[in-house]
Parts: sequence; structure tokens; C-alpha cells
Amino acid sequence: MGKIEWAMWANEQALASGLILLTGGIVGVAGQFRGWQFAAYAIAAGAFVCLLEYPRSKRTKGTSVERTGQYCFTVCVKSFGPLTRNYYVRAFLHAALSVPAGFLLATVLGCVCLGIASIIYLAAAIRGEHWEPILPKKEIVRKPDDSMKNPPQNPPPRPPPETRRKRVDDLEGAAYDNPIPVGE
Amino acid sequence: MGNWIINHGLTSFILVVWMGINIFLFVWFYLFYDLGDDYYYTRHLLGSALAWARAPAAVLNFNCMLILLPVCRNLLSLLRGSFVCCGRTMRKQLDKNISFHKLVAYMIALMTAVHLIAHLLNVEWYNNSRRGVYDKLSTALSNLEDTDNTTYLNPIRKTDVDAQQSPTYFVFTTIAGLTGIIITLALILIITSSMEVIRRSYFEVFWYTHHLFVIFFIGLLFHGAGFIVRKQLTTDPPHNYTLCKDRIEEWGQIPQCPLPKFGGGPAQTWWWVIGPIILYLCERLLRFIRYMQTVQYRKIVMHPSKVLELQLVRDGFKMDVGQYIFVNCPAISRLEWHPFTMTSAPEEDFFSVHIRSAGDWSDRLIDIMQHLPEGAQGPKMGVDGPFGTASEDVFDYEVSMLVGAGIGITPFASILKSIWYKFKTSNPKLRTRKIYFYWLCRETHAFEWFADLLQVLEREMEERGMGDFLTYKLYLTGWDQSHATHAWVHFDEETDVVTGLKQKTHYGRPMWDKEFEEVSKENPSSVVGTFLCGPAVLGKVLEKKCAKFSDVDPRKTRFYFNKENF
Repeated sequence: MGKIEWAMWANEQALASGLILLTGGIVGVAGQFRGWQFAAYAIAAGAFVCLLEYPRSKRTKGTSVERTGQYCFTVCVKSFGPLTRNYYVRAFLHAALSVPAGFLLATVLGCVCLGIASIIYLAAAIRGEHWEPILPKKEIVRKPDDSMKNPPQNPPPRPPPETRRKRVDDLEGAAYDNPIPVGE
Repeated sequence: MGNWIINHGLTSFILVVWMGINIFLFVWFYLFYDLGDDYYYTRHLLGSALAWARAPAAVLNFNCMLILLPVCRNLLSLLRGSFVCCGRTMRKQLDKNISFHKLVAYMIALMTAVHLIAHLLNVEWYNNSRRGVYDKLSTALSNLEDTDNTTYLNPIRKTDVDAQQSPTYFVFTTIAGLTGIIITLALILIITSSMEVIRRSYFEVFWYTHHLFVIFFIGLLFHGAGFIVRKQLTTDPPHNYTLCKDRIEEWGQIPQCPLPKFGGGPAQTWWWVIGPIILYLCERLLRFIRYMQTVQYRKIVMHPSKVLELQLVRDGFKMDVGQYIFVNCPAISRLEWHPFTMTSAPEEDFFSVHIRSAGDWSDRLIDIMQHLPEGAQGPKMGVDGPFGTASEDVFDYEVSMLVGAGIGITPFASILKSIWYKFKTSNPKLRTRKIYFYWLCRETHAFEWFADLLQVLEREMEERGMGDFLTYKLYLTGWDQSHATHAWVHFDEETDVVTGLKQKTHYGRPMWDKEFEEVSKENPSSVVGTFLCGPAVLGKVLEKKCAKFSDVDPRKTRFYFNKENF
């Protein structure tokens, strides 16, 4: 179990909690429940958590799988710098966000789920994990080497035509005949 | 079209039946609660939210019953064995058990959401009725006391709790409410840890969290307790709601309108789930018994590229081609069971698996085996299986095209060996006269053992003068410049530079059109079976080619694509 990045599970749990908070909030507001203000809060908190948790972090080891269309969210979340990078901040943020939702039945499930996500994020933070954005790799433009820019102007040096003529009687042997002696 | 019906027909039929039952249950129970006379007063307090809560409850009962069944792999094997008469297509359905398990899980998740939302509304409406927010009838109904004759309708009895917290208080102080919250929480944790990302990367988190299903089922058994859903009981004289609903003040004072009495039903879910729970307990017991059976090591071989071959023997173990087993090694991890396709043929007196270094567990196993003294027995092993539908169809075709991609060649080791044994003993079950084997991989690293097997087969066939029986082609799809240079330098040698086999390695992907044409030409009037163990994309390509090169004329070559689930 040593290689687990707890943050990955915390992320799934937090995203699910965000959706549950959102749903509970919508039910509370649409049904005009007693204490619907808490439900309205849950809609806002749920939407915020979803937006924050949608972009997956880059894994320290292995391939990271992006969620569809997460690039714009990655950019937004990245812009908050250490606030979103650090998982201690996220753990406490989620814990704080979940508290008001506990005061209404419709949102209490979202509250507990977000609380659990917060605990898993705390575990991730203690293990030293942090959020890394998944950014597309920049293409490295390879410049052609300098020598390619200046092709040779003159043909290579050749011996005079008499020494270049091949021995037609022994073509196979002629293959090993060098017009200019090689070696010493 | 014919191919689709053969490959997908039965699955689609089963799905249609399952969905049909779900829809039927939903509609039946919805109408039961929405139109039933004995729920008239309940509906007055709750509206259609009553039916919207009870209908998914019925669907949930059905699906919670089904969800445990596909994961009883030993019992499925027993079922498979006893269905030998019923045709292979039916038995192949049993291989799709995990897909069905997931489908049922999605349905449970969806229905839980609907059920939960409907009950949130129900509790809120009950609370409001109790506080007198609605009309006179609602207030009167809610005020009915809980006497010896349990005549109350509204389950919210306490009014001295803060009005906003009353629903929460009610839910947390009733068995139904508390179990509901607990099992929904368990379900959410199970679902988030079963997401593909988590499952593929951290199987342990998935596996251990999944055991929360024990809490889920225990909670489910008690969830219906408490007589919360109440209907009107017959009184003597009867209380006719059409007559009496507008004469609330006269209830109990006139003979036509006695005080209405209400009662709830007992928990019923246990009727649905007790059977599968017992079956699942039997399954776990069976796995434990199998685990306790001694497994002897016949041979331990360390192949190049960190591939470990284990040849094992267990009493009463019978296998078929293409099946797989689960292996457990308590010295490494007491709770982990890992699946491996078997690479030995049923004709051999042992069974073998080839284990590649692919993670924590396999690395530790290879490490332990490497430090064993010569001839010693390895660590204690538990073996569960064999599982999977045997790939016997391979033997039915006169000509077979076998395509294995990457790790997918593992079952073909078993198949090729079995075909060769059957051929040597002239087994009448074997109708195959010619095999074309295509092996596609990025690199032969970790598959040298398979190349060795092919070499052995090649040699034996040459000895018997049957060099034509097996034609195999290896395609290295991950070649680079150094490969090409190496091959170019050695191109006029007799054996291939990569595998040492007589038939040369090809580079890049096969040109299927050319291959199918060649097979067609060499076997002008045969039925050719094509089998694939590899990525689904390749399956689609092969399926198309089979259709393209099959002749309508039954005297000419016809290709059948078999979608195998190894």
C-alpha cells in the first residue's frame, strides 16, 4: 500500500461530495424547506468544491489521466498558487465548508462526505503530497545544425580520369581496387 | 449482422430482460402507492413523493439481490460445469460477470439517489404537517396519537425539537433513518474508491474499501424496520375516506366515520437478499477451503526479463484451455489474490503460470524465488480456480487464425500446446488442420519464454515432417533504427535475429488485407475461425476483415470472428 497517493482518492471523494451537496441544496431550495438558506449555501459551497476539485493533479509516479476539458479549470486553480497547491489548506477548507451543511437534513450527507474527503486530504498532506497542474508539454523546436546551412560549394577531390578507369576484365577484383592508395 | 447476433445476441437479451424487470417493478410499485386506497391519507400528507420513494425501493431490493451473485466466481464455475449441455454461448455469458456487477451497481446508485431525494421531501412534508403548516386534514391526521392501537399516521411524534432540526432529529433517532444514512455513506465510499483511476492504480484501496459492502448489507436488512411507511387499516365499522375527509370534527362521533387507524408493514428487504447473502458466504467459505488445499511445486523456472514460471500440482485440479486462476501467497500478503492465465495444456499433469514483474506483489514473489536454494519447495501458495469459459471453439475449425497482442499471447501458449498434444495423439476432438498464428508486440522483452515455446514446437513439427501445420508471424510494432540496422546486417541468416525462430520477424503492424488474402488463397474451401486476445480496436478491425473476405458461396472460404474474453 506504500505507493498510494491518497490525494487521488480524496479528490474523487471531494468531487462526489460537491455534487451531493449541490443536489441536496437544490432539493432544499426547490422544496422550499425550512432553513432553505442553508440549502442555498450548500448550492454555492457544492459548486465551489466541484470547480476546485475538477482538475486532477499530476501524479508523482505514473501517467496522469485528465478529466475531460479540465484545462481551463487547471489554469484557474493554478493561479491561486500555494493556497491550492497545499493539501493542508484544502483539508481545512473542506472541513470548514462542510460545517454549515450539517444544520439541514437535505445537506447533512454532503457534509459528512466532505468531512471524509477532508480527512483523506489531511492524510495526503501529512505524507507530503501536493497538487501539481497537468499542463500540455511544450513542443521543443529543433533548429537544424549550422553545418546544414552551408552546403559544400565544390565537388570532392577526385584523381585524374586515367586512374579512375575500371578494370572491365575482372569486375569483382576491380571492386577492391582503390585509385588512391588507402592505409599508409 | 449474423456475426453480431452470435457475439452479442444473448447479452443484449439478458440486458433487455433485466431492464424490463426493473421498469416493471418501478411502475408497479409506483402505481401501488400512488393509486392504492389505503394510502390515500398518506398521500394527502406526502403527495407523489411517497410513490417516488417506494418505487425505487423495490428496484433497489431487486438489484441488491442481484449484485452479490456475479462475484461468486466459484459458484459460477459450478454453474458453468453443469451447463455443459446448454451450449457455449450461454456459458460465455458467465464470463461477463463483472460487467454485469458494475451495471447493477450503477442502477443501485441511481435508485439510491432518487429514493434519498424522495425521502428528504417526505420527511420535510411530514414535519410541516406536524407543525400545522398545511390544511386542516393534514393537521388532524398528524395529530392522531400513538396509542395502544398504534393509530398514528405521521411518524414524527416529538414536537419539542427545534423545527428546522426536527427532520434531522427524526432521521437520526429511527432505525430506518440511521441505517439509511450509514448505508448511503458506505455506498458513496465504495463508489468513489471504485472509480477506474483509483482501481487501476491502487487496487488495495479499492479492494479493502469495497468490503464496506458488509456494512451496507447489514444496514439494508434493518433499514425497513420501524413501521415508518404507514397505510390505513380496516376498522369496524369501516372509515370511508371519500365520505369522511371533509368531516374531520366528527371523526369518532358518527358511526360512518370512526377514528382512522394506521399501521406499517414489517421490513421486507431480507426476503430478497437473504438468499444471495448465504450464497456469498458459501463462496467465501469455498475460497477458504480451496486456499487450504496443498499446492506442490513441480518446477520453478526463472526466465530472462524477470519472468517467473511456476509449475504447480494440486489434487483434483482439472483445467481447460484458456482458463485462469487466482494465486495467493501469504508470505507476501495474506489478503491479496492475483489472477493469472494458465500457460499449460490440460494434457499435462501439472498446471503452470508465467508471472511477469509488474508491481509490488510480483516483484516480491520473483525476489523470494530467486533466493530459494536449488530443488527446494517455494513458499506456501493458495490457488483458487480454474475460472473462465474454456476456449474450446479453437479446436472446431479446420483452419484457425490466432491473433495475440502483447500480454494477450498468454492464453495462446495453453492453446498451442494443447493443439499440438491433440495432434500428436490424433485426438478426434481436434478438427484443426492448419493454424496461422500472429503475434503482435511492441518488444519481445518479457516474452522470450513464448519464443522458446514456439521454437520447441517448430522443432517437433520439423521432425515429423509437418512443418506446414503451424505458420506463425511475429510483428514487432515498436521497432526503431537500431532494430532495423541489426536486421539489415543479419538478413541472410537462417534463423531470425530477434527470436531465433525460422520464420522471420516483421516490423510494424500487419497488413491484414494481405494476410487474409493469403489465408484465403491457401485454403480455398475452408471455414476459418479467427480468434483474438488483445485490444478491442484490433477486434473491430479483424471483424471487418472477416466480413470482407468471407465469400457468400459456401464452397469458398468463409471467415468467422470469435470475440474471446480471455
